[in-house]
Amino acid sequence: MPQIDQLRLQAQKLRASILEMLTEARSGHPGGSLSCVEIVTALYFSELHHDPKRPDMPDRDRFVISKGHGVPTVYAAMAHTGYFPLEELMTLRKTGARLQGHPDRARLPGIEASTGSLGQGLSVAQGMALAARISPKPWHTYCLLGDGEIQEGQVWETAMSAPNFGLGGLTAILDYNRGQIDGPVKDVMDIEPIADKWRAFNWDVVVVDGHKFEELLPALKEARKADIRNGRPRMIIANTVKGKGVSFMEDKIEWHGVAPTREQLQKALEEVRGRLV
Amino acid sequence: MTTTPQKPKATRQAFGEALAEMGASHPKIVVCDADLSKSTKSEMFSKKFPERFFQIGIAEANMIGTGAGLALSGFVPFICSFGCFVTGRYDQIRMSVAYARANVRIVGTHSGIGIGDDGHSQMGLEDLSLMRGLPTMVVLQPCDEIETRQMVQLLSSETALQQPAYLRLTRQALAPMHDSNYKWQLGKLDVLRRGSKVALLGTGAGTQECMRASEILKAKGLNASVVNAHTLKPFDAQGVRALAKEHQYLFTVEDHYTTGGLGSAVAEALADQGLTSQVRLVRLGVQDAFGESGEPVELYEKFGLGAEKVADSVLKEVR
Repeated sequence: MPQIDQLRLQAQKLRASILEMLTEARSGHPGGSLSCVEIVTALYFSELHHDPKRPDMPDRDRFVISKGHGVPTVYAAMAHTGYFPLEELMTLRKTGARLQGHPDRARLPGIEASTGSLGQGLSVAQGMALAARISPKPWHTYCLLGDGEIQEGQVWETAMSAPNFGLGGLTAILDYNRGQIDGPVKDVMDIEPIADKWRAFNWDVVVVDGHKFEELLPALKEARKADIRNGRPRMIIANTVKGKGVSFMEDKIEWHGVAPTREQLQKALEEVRGRLV
Repeated sequence: MTTTPQKPKATRQAFGEALAEMGASHPKIVVCDADLSKSTKSEMFSKKFPERFFQIGIAEANMIGTGAGLALSGFVPFICSFGCFVTGRYDQIRMSVAYARANVRIVGTHSGIGIGDDGHSQMGLEDLSLMRGLPTMVVLQPCDEIETRQMVQLLSSETALQQPAYLRLTRQALAPMHDSNYKWQLGKLDVLRRGSKVALLGTGAGTQECMRASEILKAKGLNASVVNAHTLKPFDAQGVRALAKEHQYLFTVEDHYTTGGLGSAVAEALADQGLTSQVRLVRLGVQDAFGESGEPVELYEKFGLGAEKVADSVLKEVR
């Protein structure tokens, strides 16, 4: 499958950019940025109907990254698809930068929602999916959620409302990397049984390996077939690994919110450039 | 000058009627409510334009985010609930609306102790303070039907006001303060009556109490100015400067805590312009206390907001 090989290569390019950005910024969230690389790659390089040269295209698909701390992955995808030059990635978190530590849609065209205070993005995505239904040219709306994030009550307000609105034009993706700042999700506040919860709220739930395009792509393509007026929103539970692709970061909570040093960056880049996930 | 005295009307009622009218000429208007559409009067819109009305259920945070998503997709959402409930979801407004520059029109009805019977839990008493604290947020509070209608007209446009806004409305009827020639101007103090020495500044339901207090004072030989402060943000600092030059006493009257609302806005304007020594400011409103159940008129009396109490406060200070 040549497309999948391309995407795997592309994912590693994003990983390298993320690691470089965070090192340059000397802060950020490598764990949760690296865990969602394949998800974001699948969207920006395959599934999203978008035009990097026309970020305000009316019928573009909407992608809301509700787990705002994972935005370096989105910045990397945007730069690699041509929204802005690759060099701008190195301005992450610098004074005056468009690439804020958490996404600011007013500064950076192509960012759809300003997030970072967790639990809010799915509601915003719901509003966009409702808007698509009453717009002349509809679009599909995607929302990426963190696993710790769904401990926020507002997420469950939208979990309840979106199926009631018949929002087949909405797809949520859960980056289930099993870690949050204070420790493993299951210890901090367990979210299981997670697929059952979303099913009980009447979502069309599918569970995939969040690092395998062979599973992500069909799950995303299937989601677009739902009726946007009278369908079911889809929840893709993507099992992922925090810090994926860098051996010394994988599954290590301490890499939630710390940037690599220059030496660690070199080690990480060797791994990322030398092989595919 | 024509005077067409309207009947007293609740500003929520005026809002509901105006919104349902604007819906026909403004296809971008969409409306969300959180199970209070009968009370906020957004129900009138929902009946005329069901495809542009979204019932969110009792989930204000979700409604705020949904409104933001609709606004960011080019629509003009009015999201409606009681003022206390909708502004109580502050982080959602802070992030998903204000920071995102989503041009959501947040409508908070049932402002203040004027709602009466239901008691404190349903009374918006800190909503002005909360909304004034947010960059880009426009904060409006009409004092009568005609002003409400003109505000709804402005808020209905996706081009005329490209900022989020908070519209604070009353449950109870308010007497007309303007004739049909009135032209509301965003961000400009509205001088209803020109007097001297004392100026009474009201906002929302406070304005009619100021007007009535001025009648009581007039009978006692004191000719006070009456000013309607309909725009709490951006606030008319120049207008306050002019009032400070022409009067020795400024009284603010608001059905809200005395912190963070009109009284604070006037105090800030005076301080910022070095005018605090020129004029004495007295802030009337709910003072660091909770609201309670009761007859609105009795509550206004109890909390010092009723016209007689306002007049008493003026006479006590001035004499």
